[in-house]
Amino acid sequence: MSPATSARDEMLARVRSATADVTTEPRLRAPDGHDDPREARTPESVRGTRSVASAETLALLAENVADYRAKVVRVGASEVAGAVVAALREAGASSVVVPSGLDPRWTQTLGEAFSVVPESEATSAQVLDSVDAVVTGSAVGIAVTGTIVLDHEPDQGRRELTLVPDVHICVVRADQVVHDVPEAVSRLRTASGQQRPLTWISGPSATSDIELQRVEGVHGPRTLVVVIVG
Amino acid sequence: MSGPPVQQTSPTFVGMPSFPEAAREALANTQQRDNLRNATHTIRAKRAAVVAEVPEWEALRVAGADAKDEALTHLGDYLEQLEASLTANGATVHWARDADEANAIVVEIARAKGVDEVVKVKSMATQEIELNEALEAAGISAWETDLAELIVQLFGDRPSHILVPAIHRNRTEIRDVFLREMAKVGRPAPEDLTDEPARLAEAARLHLREKFLRARVAVSGANFAIADTGTLVVVESEGNGRMCLTLPETLISVVGIEKVLPTWDDLAPMLQLLPRSSTGERMNPYTTMWSGVHDGDGPQEVHVVLLDNGRSHVLADAVGRQALRCIRCSACLNVCPVYERTGGHAYGSVYPGPIGAVLNPQLRGTASEVDQSLPYASSLCGACFDACPVRINIPELLVELRGAVAEQGGHRAESAAMKAAAWVLSDPKRLAVAQRGATTAGRLIGKRTITKVPGLGAWTDARNVPTPPKETFRQWWAREHENPGEQS
Repeated sequence: MSPATSARDEMLARVRSATADVTTEPRLRAPDGHDDPREARTPESVRGTRSVASAETLALLAENVADYRAKVVRVGASEVAGAVVAALREAGASSVVVPSGLDPRWTQTLGEAFSVVPESEATSAQVLDSVDAVVTGSAVGIAVTGTIVLDHEPDQGRRELTLVPDVHICVVRADQVVHDVPEAVSRLRTASGQQRPLTWISGPSATSDIELQRVEGVHGPRTLVVVIVG
Repeated sequence: MSGPPVQQTSPTFVGMPSFPEAAREALANTQQRDNLRNATHTIRAKRAAVVAEVPEWEALRVAGADAKDEALTHLGDYLEQLEASLTANGATVHWARDADEANAIVVEIARAKGVDEVVKVKSMATQEIELNEALEAAGISAWETDLAELIVQLFGDRPSHILVPAIHRNRTEIRDVFLREMAKVGRPAPEDLTDEPARLAEAARLHLREKFLRARVAVSGANFAIADTGTLVVVESEGNGRMCLTLPETLISVVGIEKVLPTWDDLAPMLQLLPRSSTGERMNPYTTMWSGVHDGDGPQEVHVVLLDNGRSHVLADAVGRQALRCIRCSACLNVCPVYERTGGHAYGSVYPGPIGAVLNPQLRGTASEVDQSLPYASSLCGACFDACPVRINIPELLVELRGAVAEQGGHRAESAAMKAAAWVLSDPKRLAVAQRGATTAGRLIGKRTITKVPGLGAWTDARNVPTPPKETFRQWWAREHENPGEQS
């Protein structure tokens, strides 16, 4: 028996003896979600078209995103590319990395104004460190907390794309917006073996470590622009 | 107490003086008291405001406590499920009975990768096991990347708060240490650095970026480990966590066994409770969730070290096990009248404040002076219980622990005083003599407050004794009954 195995067995024996007084049955669920009355969702259903969030919910999202000092832009579906270009100009960006699955119409418009780096060429963090900005889609927006969740599908790219450049322009559609955290958690539940890495973003990088005074901008993008479509 | 073994006190805290002794030094540090008062009051107000936004807060607390209780009371089953899910997701799971075992596992992985440095996400578990020291001893530098942890590390200091470990330092002290120390371990601080928090944060960004970009191994903890999906969750603000969890090739996460949540859906209450209780925000800026290895995105070698180190000992106490619900939000520190004045160092552990006063003697047992004294480091006012997002009844646990300490011979000063009191109170004649003695003192003292009683030093150090009355009840009774006519 290897030492690791014996540590495992001993720890499990310890916790079992420590909880020997417990008489209830665990509410264990099978990893594939079969025992869960709420059906496990596939990534497709998470991302599929849904009913559009109410006007109040969208307004609340805009308010709460802005409250944590991200910039909010609200546009119609045909105005997205223009809004993204304007936001990048305002942030002073000249180069921008784009995920492989970004809407090709946006990428084309960006190419007319900026030096565009495709995800396939941004092969390392060092390369990304020399790029000014990134433009992505998103998976879920949460109105109550002003949060954008990325699940790093092809329209959002690998995690480092939205981490190393200093400006992040993030586009969220009205049908991706939910009211609160439980709705978001429920939408993001995926079947076993299909989990995505997730990044929940609420405002730009911040710290309160010095005298509890909030300062925006430590290691993540110091400028976050959320473009709400619809 | 029998059952699973307690945690060995880590070298840093061996021989710590009792809480009152350590607190005396902290109380004399007026700069620190000032910093602490400002900080705790600021964060208290922020928390109160965002908690008030949630009408169903109490129901959320119950849901959070339930999720943790479900995991804790069936921990064996959920640990096995977590291991199976993580393994299916491509992670390697290790089990560590104690600090030495956990440190050895991490050192071995880092050595196998051939690195001489690792970047670290702020983690209470790795502080508890003193992983940085173990890595250092193996010739591997461990760079703390959370701003406050970086400050603490540059000072060669100890953290004094769970959430904001450098809460005891102010901006001027921080500027000075950046200017003095950053150059010794990497990119120097800009020469014209001021004490503006934004400039200090910028200096940290520049200093750490070169470390993030070259690091090949990262070490983290986890806020939650979800059994049914094999997902680990790290909640943070600065983006240093994302850097460590995303850029290096190898990621090692040291996770206390009490961090398990049964299901994905349990994140719903937790992600509402934790940020609002901790930083007083609706949501913290960044949360990263990863489920083992994700092809082509992030670390391609993922290790998880499940750590016991006294936790199963705590679990064996049917009442005390509720302390393992703790999600390290630090709300109890910020509302505690004792912590606000003493700061974190006097608690003799990486876990300070009310939850530390409970967890340390639970994890380490009550053999040492500091662990015997911690259950008394409280006025039992109950503010901590009210603030706790997972409803840990801290005052109840403190009283339980006081009972345990008293049974084993007691907190020294208190047990001496109680023994003397028992001797006096058990005999009416002795009581009469003692009371007459006290009233004599009362007549001599008048209205002055008594702050010291010889022989009761430790007891009266923290308490004022009421000025004794000028006559005893017995004397009053005798006088009144000798002159019954005076009664109205």
